[in-house]
Amino acid sequence: MSLVTPLNRVLGLGSAKEGVEHWWGQRLSAVALVVLGLWFVLALIRLEDMSYASVVDWLQAPVASILMILSLLTAIYHSKLGVQMVVEDYVHQPALKVSTLVLSVFIHIAAAVAGVFAVLKIALGAVG
Amino acid sequence: MAKFTLPANSKVTRGRAFPAGSDATNTREFVVYRFDPASGENPRLDTYHVDMDRCGPMVLDALIKIKNEIDPTLTFRRSCREGICGSCAMNIDGTNSLACLKSIDDCNGAVKIYPLPHMSVVKDLVPDLTNFYAQYASVKPWLETQTPPPPDRERLQSKEDQEKINSPSACILCACCSTACPSYWWNSDRYLGPAALLQAYRWIVDSRDEATGERLDALEDPFRLYRCHTILNCTSACPKDLNPGRAIAEIKKLMTERRH
Repeated sequence: MSLVTPLNRVLGLGSAKEGVEHWWGQRLSAVALVVLGLWFVLALIRLEDMSYASVVDWLQAPVASILMILSLLTAIYHSKLGVQMVVEDYVHQPALKVSTLVLSVFIHIAAAVAGVFAVLKIALGAVG
Repeated sequence: MAKFTLPANSKVTRGRAFPAGSDATNTREFVVYRFDPASGENPRLDTYHVDMDRCGPMVLDALIKIKNEIDPTLTFRRSCREGICGSCAMNIDGTNSLACLKSIDDCNGAVKIYPLPHMSVVKDLVPDLTNFYAQYASVKPWLETQTPPPPDRERLQSKEDQEKINSPSACILCACCSTACPSYWWNSDRYLGPAALLQAYRWIVDSRDEATGERLDALEDPFRLYRCHTILNCTSACPKDLNPGRAIAEIKKLMTERRH
């Protein structure tokens, strides 16, 4: 039996004075993804064919590669926030929670760097 | 590790059946959750056949009739029987509501009655609300001011400002909303839940209160406030037709408003 009062338990470690950024970032990136996602789908539809050559050709145009990098970073940022929320919701064992969150951050950053590198490689010199 | 197995006492067994009297022609079946932690037994579902020609129209009428005439061991909270005390909140026919406001005719088939979901059960239909009340206390549900009150009268408030707190003030703290919220189920130790947040909002928008900033500070937390994912079970569960979901959204808006 715990002798800690119920109110003491609820007050816990106090407010983290945080959360607005996360909430706002998730909404903003969602709105951005609507626009960027629409562009991505429309651009793919408008391609003449799905061959490697024509996709590379399309992606080499500056506007396309810039929008592609923006889409990647926005989607990965949105995903990082979402995964964090899911883990905080459902994983309650402290060590597992922290290690999952850390792993998720690493994976998201690695995915972002790899994605940007891939687009740049195509934009700045892949052969068709 | 995430838990995939249910804790002990989560397996509900079939219980006893109580037939109605032989002269009853119009009967209704009530399936009621029974649990006594002191007995060491698992919970069970008892079935009561109630003579509807000699029973009031609400679920609470049936429960009181069962306790008075069929099975005096049945345990539940009730007081005002008119939706103002919030005592008889329970899960009826799959949704949280007040037994005194829930018409038996509105239930499908056998009337299934459980305690409020995902709460520790004290006995039968009585959940342990200790944490729920502590969460309410934690939002400091009283007027906080620095300006002394006028010496000759009460603190004044315009009609428009009063209307802002009208609806959230009507909350009876029955816990139907909080215990309908999945986020509250998984994180009730840190998430305040819709009922406490609706009351926090009631003081945040009170034009006479001078602690708005401190109140927002206290809520600005990934768990206390931001576990709300706008599922809106709270709003559809509220037996008083209040809108805790909207109140939480308004708090989130104020949180961004003060930063930009």
